[in-house]
Amino acid sequence: METQTLNCSNCGAPIRSGAAQCLNCEASVIKAPAEAAVAGDTHEIVTGEIVAGSSLWRDARRRLLKNKIAVFGMTVVILMALASLIGPSIIQRATGKSYDFIPRSSSETKSFPPFRGPDGRFSWAHPMGTDVAGRDILARVLSGGQISLMVALISTLVSLLIGVSYGAIAGYLGGSIDDVMMRIVDVLYSLPYVIIVIVLLALLPAKTPTGQLIQLFVALGAVSWLTMARIVRGQVMSLKNQEFVLAARATGVPAHKIIFRHLVPNALGPVIVYATLTIPTVMLSEAFLSFLGLGVRPPRVSWGSLAAEGAQSLAVYPWLLIFPGLTMALMLFSLNFLGDGLRDALDPQMRRD
Amino acid sequence: MLRFIIRRVVIIIPMLLIIVTLTWGLIRLAPGNFYTGERKLTPAIEQNLREKYGLNKPWYVQYGRFLRNIARFDFGTSLKYEGQSVNQILWRALPVSAALGLTAYLLALVVGITIGTLAALKQNSWIDYATMSLAMLGISIPNFVLGPLLVLVFALTLFWLPPALWNGFPSKSVILPALTLSAIYIAYIARLTRSGMLEVMRSDYIRTARAKGLSERQVVFRHALRGGLLPVISFSGPALAFLITGTVVVERVFSLPGLGNYFINACFNRDEPLIIGIVAFIAVAVLVFNLLVDISYGFIDPRIRY
Amino acid sequence: MNRTVALSYGRASDTNELMSTNGNLLTVKDLRTYFETDDGTVKAVDGVSFELKPGQTLGIVGESGSGKSVANLSLMRLIPEPPGKIVSGSINFDGQEILKLTPAAVRRLRGKRIAMIFQDPMTSLNPFMRVSKQMMEVTRLHLGHSRAQAREHAIEMLERVGIPDARERVDSYPHEFSGGMRQRVMIAMALSCQPELLIADEPTTALDVTIQAQILELIKTLKSETGASVILITHDLGVVAGMTDHIIVMYAGKVFEQATTSELFERPGNPYTQGLLRSVPDPTAEQGMLYQIPGLPPDLAHLPAGCPFAPRCERAQTICREQFPPFVQLTSDHHSLCHFANEVYADTRAGEGSN
Repeated sequence: METQTLNCSNCGAPIRSGAAQCLNCEASVIKAPAEAAVAGDTHEIVTGEIVAGSSLWRDARRRLLKNKIAVFGMTVVILMALASLIGPSIIQRATGKSYDFIPRSSSETKSFPPFRGPDGRFSWAHPMGTDVAGRDILARVLSGGQISLMVALISTLVSLLIGVSYGAIAGYLGGSIDDVMMRIVDVLYSLPYVIIVIVLLALLPAKTPTGQLIQLFVALGAVSWLTMARIVRGQVMSLKNQEFVLAARATGVPAHKIIFRHLVPNALGPVIVYATLTIPTVMLSEAFLSFLGLGVRPPRVSWGSLAAEGAQSLAVYPWLLIFPGLTMALMLFSLNFLGDGLRDALDPQMRRD
Repeated sequence: MLRFIIRRVVIIIPMLLIIVTLTWGLIRLAPGNFYTGERKLTPAIEQNLREKYGLNKPWYVQYGRFLRNIARFDFGTSLKYEGQSVNQILWRALPVSAALGLTAYLLALVVGITIGTLAALKQNSWIDYATMSLAMLGISIPNFVLGPLLVLVFALTLFWLPPALWNGFPSKSVILPALTLSAIYIAYIARLTRSGMLEVMRSDYIRTARAKGLSERQVVFRHALRGGLLPVISFSGPALAFLITGTVVVERVFSLPGLGNYFINACFNRDEPLIIGIVAFIAVAVLVFNLLVDISYGFIDPRIRY
Repeated sequence: MNRTVALSYGRASDTNELMSTNGNLLTVKDLRTYFETDDGTVKAVDGVSFELKPGQTLGIVGESGSGKSVANLSLMRLIPEPPGKIVSGSINFDGQEILKLTPAAVRRLRGKRIAMIFQDPMTSLNPFMRVSKQMMEVTRLHLGHSRAQAREHAIEMLERVGIPDARERVDSYPHEFSGGMRQRVMIAMALSCQPELLIADEPTTALDVTIQAQILELIKTLKSETGASVILITHDLGVVAGMTDHIIVMYAGKVFEQATTSELFERPGNPYTQGLLRSVPDPTAEQGMLYQIPGLPPDLAHLPAGCPFAPRCERAQTICREQFPPFVQLTSDHHSLCHFANEVYADTRAGEGSN
């Protein structure tokens, strides 16, 4: 494939000749590069105005709010995040029991089998039922949401940090350094990195639950920055020869300031879009690892570890899997729709006339 | 063409080296070994074992021996499954994973391309919205949730299919695991096909084909499909990597004796030869498969010359 | 030429609609093609009428976005629906009302009796298919050729459009040809069923200047050989000058001026046409800047009241911004859409040669 020189105008990923779409960021290949939209803002940056006020962002917001599915996704994400954040403490205050409270007296275990109160009917005391030990599933799902969201967000931040720096540096320096850096990304792309992560987590288990979490952040962040690096590189490549960067360089602004003050803020749109799309994939990876028993460990719970527990007793207590599993699916569904909507709104290439 | 293949094969070797070395290093660095935890060993026995496996030698001697063995495709014997060589286990587990993975991927190709094409041809119709929402759902439901749900419905409620275990291929026991594994690929491929076809259907040469008087079916099948499916072909490289990850979960959910299940067990048991054997095998499979995808590109797109 | 005329008359009389064709091969009346967009309805073609006699060549001239391509895609019912839609009008081709035909009947016309060549030969040929296959497809479909017949015919056609070693190169892929050669392939493909009407949509725009002349010459030769009628769409008045019998000038989806080629060049009756003529490079001029019509074509979704050209027009008066101009008849075969058509027409006589 040495003769092919085509790169995605959006993220810079190499594109196989004839492909209609960039595999990496799903941007259309044939269309004009994305810089057109950013170029319109350059004068504002030169005159010191902040990018956020420009019409690009106003347009994007208008387009996003017009997209019903994206608004639905955003609403669900916000509601579920809020519920996960404050839900567990509300339940604890109301019932005096935390998410891993195991009832000891027989009167409390009467709520078992789940869904039914002591009188054998559905009870609001446990709207999602309880598990074998009598723990409330709703409280556990909400607490699991806290961890799942936290892992997803922090790991995405880690990947953002690595990806943006790596991509911006490669794109800004260009030349053979860029070649080598991007070849490394290409190689890593084709590896089933999860296999390596499994080996890592299985052989080097952390000593404390907190250490376990930190290990997860780093491991997941470290394997999900590749796409981000390609996107940022592509953006930086297209921006770095524009007047405002040349002006900055001419006045002696050092390279790292040019990269992080001038180039990265202007590549913000795609970065936001792909960060949003990274969150669900990271969340899925966390759940996957937790399901295998390599991720979040008791007493902490995440949606993945709850689903793993539930899968053990599927035949008898199916709701133990169904509730955490579907909650997670709803979250991923909404995040994906929000990400798609953001991409349509922020990526002028996607505007179909 | 031949030069291209040779060059690619030459790149594969150092990459393999990096991967197995990384795994080997991780295992060496990790505290403890297979015998810690299982039962307490007397210092004398431990000393014997260390000598047997060469653990008392400096690391570079161990590494050299390791590389020599790898080069001969000799991964040693499993620690957990006593008396079985890693190669024996690989050859026993591979058919299970391969049958599962291939069935799932073929299913994903057929279903994904069909609904993706339909959605593209009926853009903005209810078919389009319905299939794309379904595809999004497919991407959003984790396979370890989908698998048990399918078991719940088709095995434990309707009693149509076995809930777990492997009865060889082909058999009813393949259906649920393959469905579970393929769901996300159906979704991905449908989305890729749709956007690829939309792009192609707008292109000039499709207009030319229509201007020739071809029927819409001829336009789609003779002219559009080939270009529209290029993104799907590019996806098959990364797809294998994802597929391997997927089989790990699915084989666990359905208790299938495949590579993924052996791999997870090996990790938990610290069965070091088996870990390295499986990792090396997966790496070879992925690298070779990617090469095949690149070569197949030359046949599909005449503009590519190596 | 005579052969085609006889042929088309013969066909028309078969359907007993000889009178309705008025001796025209093609009669377009009040054609309107609109596109629904987020921004509103774009009236890409808004009330276009013209006629074409057998064997004649019609030039359609206008800036990009003037609706000339959409008008011609409408002729073949190739407008993507949605978002596009032919809202009203009539397209009479040799006695048949194209807008009322079934899709299958339209397909029988396409490629057989009406053929089209497009602007960009790089993208208009299928990159994944051998040229032979793409060419054979047409004749096998419309002429019922066997594989061998179709292949011979394809080679013959390629030789005719001047592709050297056609027999050896017929199995090449499009990317193995140069741009000019690809346009020749397109022409060969379009003419392989001897169409009565050839629509050439900016056939030379994407090509080098030297190649442009060759391709135009080729179209001219083939036209006289086969007797086909041609619609030549271009933004460049220089291209149509030596090629066409009639010209219509389009702007903002409307016909702004319609005349014979010589009349239009000598005595344009519309300020827009004048502007276009002034922007054609004049090889005899010693020096000076090349003229450019100020401003940009209007947004077709939000057309102002009055004349759509008024904001760019040097002669614009109050009435131009308030009232839509009339289509003024200047001579029996010369019309202009302008409030001051007669004045402009008179001025061109007075100021002849002053440009």
